Amino acid sequence: MSALTETIALGRPRAAAARRGPSRNLDTLFRAGAYGAALLVLIVLAGILGSILYGGWPAFREFGFGFLTSSAWNVGTEQYGALVAVIGTVASAFLALLIGVPVSLGIAIFLTQLCPGWARRPVAMTIELLAAVPSIIYGMWGLFVFAPLFARFVQIPVSNVVEGLPIVGTLFYARVPSGVGVLTAGIILAIMIVPFIASIARDMLEQIPTVLRESAYGIGCTTWEVVRHVLVPQAAVSIIGAIMLGLGRALGETMAVTFVVGNANRLSASIFDPSSTIASRIANEFNEADGLQLNALMALGCILFVITFVVLIIARLLTRRVKAA
Amino acid sequence: MNAASAIPTVELNRNRAEESRPVRIAVKDLNFYYGSFHGLKDVSINFNDRQVTALIGPSGCGKSTLLRCFNRIYSLYPEQRAEGEILLDGENILASSVDLNDLRSRIGMVFQKPTPFPMSIYDNVAFGLRLYEKLPKAELDVRVEESLRKAALWDEVKDKLRQAGTGLSGGQQQRLCIARTVAQRPEVILFDEPTSALDPISTGRIEELIEQLRDEFTIVIVTHNMQQAARISQFTAFMYLGQLVEFGPTNRMFMNPAERRTQDYITGRFG
Amino acid sequence: MDASSTIPSTRSTAPRRGRVRPGRRIADRSLRVACASATFVGALVLGSILVMLIVEGVRGFTPALFANPTPGPGSEGGGIANAILGSLVLTGIGIVIATPVGVMAGTFLAEYGRGSKLAALIRFLNDILLSAPSILIGLFVYTLMVRPMGTYSGWAGGVALAIIAVPVIVRTTEDMLRLVPGTLREAGAALGAPPSKVIMSVTWRAASAGIVTGIILALARIAGETAPLLFTALNNNSWFSPDLMGGVANLPVMIYQFALSPYPNWQGLAWAGALLITGSILALSIVARFVIKPQTAR
Repeated sequence: MSALTETIALGRPRAAAARRGPSRNLDTLFRAGAYGAALLVLIVLAGILGSILYGGWPAFREFGFGFLTSSAWNVGTEQYGALVAVIGTVASAFLALLIGVPVSLGIAIFLTQLCPGWARRPVAMTIELLAAVPSIIYGMWGLFVFAPLFARFVQIPVSNVVEGLPIVGTLFYARVPSGVGVLTAGIILAIMIVPFIASIARDMLEQIPTVLRESAYGIGCTTWEVVRHVLVPQAAVSIIGAIMLGLGRALGETMAVTFVVGNANRLSASIFDPSSTIASRIANEFNEADGLQLNALMALGCILFVITFVVLIIARLLTRRVKAA
Repeated sequence: MNAASAIPTVELNRNRAEESRPVRIAVKDLNFYYGSFHGLKDVSINFNDRQVTALIGPSGCGKSTLLRCFNRIYSLYPEQRAEGEILLDGENILASSVDLNDLRSRIGMVFQKPTPFPMSIYDNVAFGLRLYEKLPKAELDVRVEESLRKAALWDEVKDKLRQAGTGLSGGQQQRLCIARTVAQRPEVILFDEPTSALDPISTGRIEELIEQLRDEFTIVIVTHNMQQAARISQFTAFMYLGQLVEFGPTNRMFMNPAERRTQDYITGRFG
Repeated sequence: MDASSTIPSTRSTAPRRGRVRPGRRIADRSLRVACASATFVGALVLGSILVMLIVEGVRGFTPALFANPTPGPGSEGGGIANAILGSLVLTGIGIVIATPVGVMAGTFLAEYGRGSKLAALIRFLNDILLSAPSILIGLFVYTLMVRPMGTYSGWAGGVALAIIAVPVIVRTTEDMLRLVPGTLREAGAALGAPPSKVIMSVTWRAASAGIVTGIILALARIAGETAPLLFTALNNNSWFSPDLMGGVANLPVMIYQFALSPYPNWQGLAWAGALLITGSILALSIVARFVIKPQTAR
């Protein structure tokens, strides 16, 4: 070190002797630390996949492909299948999107186009605080506040009306109008993903150059027309990305769903009936499970991993591409 | 076309020293690439000890690129590379064996926009000092004061040394950056359009400062402003499209340029 | 339309140029109403949650709540002091592990990894980890720590929370470092400071408000996490041992178990805990917003 400094210092006229170089070792160490920390992210993700694959492998071996198509879940006879939970997961997440996406876009449009300036910050903050409320609180709200109201004002009247009708009579009939079920889970999930989708959609709408908006208004467009023909097409790809991101969250959400989905292992065509999702089943049974049941729960975890990660990868690719463009 | 009549009325610094001083930096056949773009083409030029050399030319001509070779700041960006030789006191600073941090402590740089660090005024000046010299507190205080005085900033900040450097005005921030550079007692100071973000009064103060710093440091300055080049430099180099077109004493360059392109540029025909 | 009705001669003509046709106006009105109501519903839900927590939870806010540990099933009295302390410890462990890892990884991505393929991959996977189901992280830590050690532990819970916090910190750190102008780095390097010195004394400092915000947001995120704690720290109705082995009481799992229990005393404690934890998290989120404000104003 000092030798190196001095050889370079030879040609120098002044003040060379007093100098000391900063430590090169520290620099190498710091760089290695940063590198290691970044690699840790990769290792953790691989570890998550590895651990559930390892845990779920016996169940996959035992039931083979039938694990995916069987609706059995019987601890006594040790028969396990993923179908009910997978359908419950996908159905509740789909309902969440169906309800949540229009609401999110509405909020994003309200915040960027309609809201008066003074109200913008407090309103945006209110919506963003919805994202900070813990999942378990949504579960309690869903079970103790929303479900009773939902049973009384929606499930019972609707069931009375549709009873006996073809299709809608099956889809919207509650055998036990307790307020919990797949639709309730979907509604609670919708509320939980709204702030995420809304905030990304808002950012995207804000990034659209003002000139574009003004020129659309300039030729006499109404707000609706500006949104419909100019803003939404401009931000479409990234808004779809945001929706996929919300879908990823809805698929893996655990606690809120566990409170309101009803936790029944039953295939039902009615969205008012209780069911299970992958996450709610793991949360409910994991601590008491051992043997093959534990493996089956881990295998459910694998399926959840694959579904959510495919969705999240698509979501990130969509939002990425726009940023680069 | 009558060359003499086309010369703009620039106030030339008549009493500048044109006696020859030893060469401090010698550039030989320098080529520079931004990825595949050829930014500098076979540039060779000498810079004299303790004199001000101005680099002028239209935007994108390579003058800033040349400046950024002297302290190899370009090597922060992997896609940029330089070929050729730049000899600082006979030592090739483009050699891979050169310790970059040490090199940069010997060649200071002041940027286009003021770059105060997010710390106090005192710590801004002491930052570079602490890197290379282990000084007792009292001596550090002396050096910080000395540097701030050289940068003509001491009187304005002596009562608020502990306040954030980012709270100063633009001109003050730029002088703070000069103080920070001077504190390291470099041999060469590079100025990359140091006044382009400043108002005329701050610009004047920085120019006076550069005049004073010439007694102690070899100075290379990139500027867009030809009047500025004429006012403060002893030598001027005109660059165009990555090539060095003409180089000589500032008086001659402005009064009697040898090249047509130089003449066109300083008379404002393009650029 | 009102305006045209005052001029009878033009009344029967087809939609004239330069006027907004009724269809367009209706579409416009509906959009405005729909968007405003969507926003109103969002605000209403937040309000309703807060009202629920205050109505049900405020009764439980007694000195005993903060002094006593959780009571046994069906018994009266007790508090949630052990769960509060346990949550503080678990969240503390999580954030203490996650902060250095997250900040260093974010620094790698922003400062060293420009243009590198590995960094692009890590950035991408980090974004995915950011929204990964937290219950899967619980399963991972269960396999990694609980099973080999043979017992639930506070350490496992802390590690699970750290894994959730890291991506949040990585992301905000990288974003904030990218906002630091390149000239500042050049100025640091031009003084001869090695990269690590420039990062530690200049870049980090310039981005400090943003990085701190990221850490607070991560804190708010993990403070209410329940799912990953179910299989790692579990819960306990007594004071936990200082070595943090065995079940460690914590607010989220306590709330989950007590809220769904048949005992009114437990349910009351769950509500009080829910109010406490939601209040703290919302306060943290609001604080984070005000920390980031001077950063953006600069």
